[in-house]
Amino acid sequence: MPKQDRLSGNEAVAFALRQIDPDVIAAFPITPSTEIHQYVSLFKANGEMTTEFVTVESEHSAMSTCVGAQTAGVRAMTATSSCGLALMHEVLYIAASSRLPIVVAVVNRALSGPININNDHSDSMGSRDAGWIQLYSENAQEAYDNMLMAHRIAEHPDVCLPVMVCQDGFITSHAVENITLEDDAFVKAFVGEYRPAKYLLNPAEALSVGPYDFPAYYMEHKMLQTLAMERAEAVIEAVAADFGRATGRHYGLLEAYRMEDAELAVVLMSSSAGTGKVAVDRLRAQGKKAGLVKLRSFRPFPAAAVGKALAGVRAVGIMDKADSFSAFGGPLGAEVRAAMYEAGLRAKAANYVYGLGGRDVRVEDFYEVFAELEKATDGGKIPAHRYLGVRGLEGGAKQ
Amino acid sequence: MTYNLRDIAGRPERLAPGHRMCAGCGGAIAVRGVLRALQPGDKAVVTAATGCLEVSTCMYPHTAWEDSFIHNAFENAGATCSGVEAAYRAMKKKGRLAETYKFIAFGGDGGTYDIGFQSLSGAMERGTDMVYVCYDNEAYMNTGIQRSSATPRYADTTTTATGSESAGKVQFKKDLTRIMAEHHIPYVAQTTFTGNFRDLHEKAEKAIYTPGPAFLNVMAPCPRGWRYETPEIMQVCKAAVETCVWPLYEVIDGRWVLSYEPKQKLPVEEYLKLQGRFKHLLRPDNAALVAQIQADVDKRWQELLTLCGQN
Repeated sequence: MPKQDRLSGNEAVAFALRQIDPDVIAAFPITPSTEIHQYVSLFKANGEMTTEFVTVESEHSAMSTCVGAQTAGVRAMTATSSCGLALMHEVLYIAASSRLPIVVAVVNRALSGPININNDHSDSMGSRDAGWIQLYSENAQEAYDNMLMAHRIAEHPDVCLPVMVCQDGFITSHAVENITLEDDAFVKAFVGEYRPAKYLLNPAEALSVGPYDFPAYYMEHKMLQTLAMERAEAVIEAVAADFGRATGRHYGLLEAYRMEDAELAVVLMSSSAGTGKVAVDRLRAQGKKAGLVKLRSFRPFPAAAVGKALAGVRAVGIMDKADSFSAFGGPLGAEVRAAMYEAGLRAKAANYVYGLGGRDVRVEDFYEVFAELEKATDGGKIPAHRYLGVRGLEGGAKQ
Repeated sequence: MTYNLRDIAGRPERLAPGHRMCAGCGGAIAVRGVLRALQPGDKAVVTAATGCLEVSTCMYPHTAWEDSFIHNAFENAGATCSGVEAAYRAMKKKGRLAETYKFIAFGGDGGTYDIGFQSLSGAMERGTDMVYVCYDNEAYMNTGIQRSSATPRYADTTTTATGSESAGKVQFKKDLTRIMAEHHIPYVAQTTFTGNFRDLHEKAEKAIYTPGPAFLNVMAPCPRGWRYETPEIMQVCKAAVETCVWPLYEVIDGRWVLSYEPKQKLPVEEYLKLQGRFKHLLRPDNAALVAQIQADVDKRWQELLTLCGQN
């Protein structure tokens, strides 16, 4: 039977790790570090997990250990944040190109520099091109649920790709929320056993992994990765459908909130969606046709679903918790606009960079965005991209 | 059991012929020598750091490895092997694997002394049941003979070029074997190719079959980087040992044991003169540099004798 509890995002993910009980967890506490591994250590100490807990000397080695373990034939996991994910960067690509279904819990926090341990998405946006599936969670419940679904997606024979389950640092990871926890037997059955087709510790067949790949093969291998990522969309939806039937909690590639007749919309990811929904509700009460699109999957990028969700809007504000310093906005801005173009949409679009390094985003900030979008629909000018909620610089507006 | 080169060399090859290492490559000799120390029926997983060995033995869609093999990146052979070993323990614990496996990681000096040092140190400190074998050819040979912290003083490499203002590498070689011994792991040894390869074989066998972490440092000359005629590899190795530039020893559970003491320690010139990378040192005006090298070799040799209780 599921039970109700009150947990932080870190505790929720640790609870999921205990239930999944992967064969190997590699752990390193870079600054900033999450508490997730500390809970794992306690679970181990109390005999509640069978996991081999490998306490490595860096996040680079954490991912390297995961690659070694998963290639050897077992489930390997880790959790990380910020610079830790950046330090793994090289090995993230190797995990994906070796088609290893490793699952990592990412607690999103700003990259240095300057050093800052608070929330934004610069860390996982830095690895967006590494070939990993990226799922973003609005709250502790979603972080927990995404963890339970991650292996089913990663290990699906149509996919065989690693998965990052992202939640917002502090805002989600440290805030204690009401949560529904599934029972251990359900999780064990839902996640299932891992039985790879090829692995190092197979006495019947030796295997070589990590070859030098000539130009004659390299590009075909890359294409196979991208085809797997394309197939991942349907798998994410199918696993979510299974999960929804069993738990009553339904997920898709994205969540369209009050979008049915929306004329003004924001697009964003993770915890700010909660604040944004409050703003949308209040604007709706004032008669404004506001809506919100929250991406759950950023990799694969659900371009068709984004285009469909935004089909009726007249102006859209795309909100990035990371800047790509392209002088044209953030990564979400670029991809959402590309998806709109592909869908033949010519709605006004502005890209807001917000919440960097833990800068708070308030309901009032959403009012500001929606007001700007509303003005744009009346023929007003809209910034192509600007910073939201900064002092003195007029938001770095670019007309 | 008495050592017999003919018997040992007759064991099935685990690094299949047809790989693309250079003719006479010390790295390939080291790998084959180490793998021959595995009992023929025993299974192993081999890990390799990026380097000559990896790019020459595992090129898609071919592999020269008869055992399971994993290459991950340049600097993480220690952690990668540690992950494989953790998976093995997990599978054993859950009754999913009946067979016994051994875990051997190979890295060149660049991937071991330098960029992979942290990963190696961590894997050893954690007590991983594995052997890390460094095939030390004293520079980054795969990328074009750049200096590493294993490159000896005054060697000419592509990043310690000799010229009117430079006599080659400024710094002395890092003493990695001793650093690994200071990890207080069960087995550490230093070896190279001598006579009938007995020293390499016996040390590899001890390293592989000693439970817990072990480190083996094998001087593995590179004909291209060291600039000697390929067939002369055994003379080069012999000179390294007889001059005490590369002493043979092992550290068993903290006990230092000298494997070989030259009857008459030769001057370092006998080693330097065999190699083009030291050619500039043989000019009369560079005699002082050779004296510096000699003084360093003498000092380290005396320290080693003390550690081995021979002083």
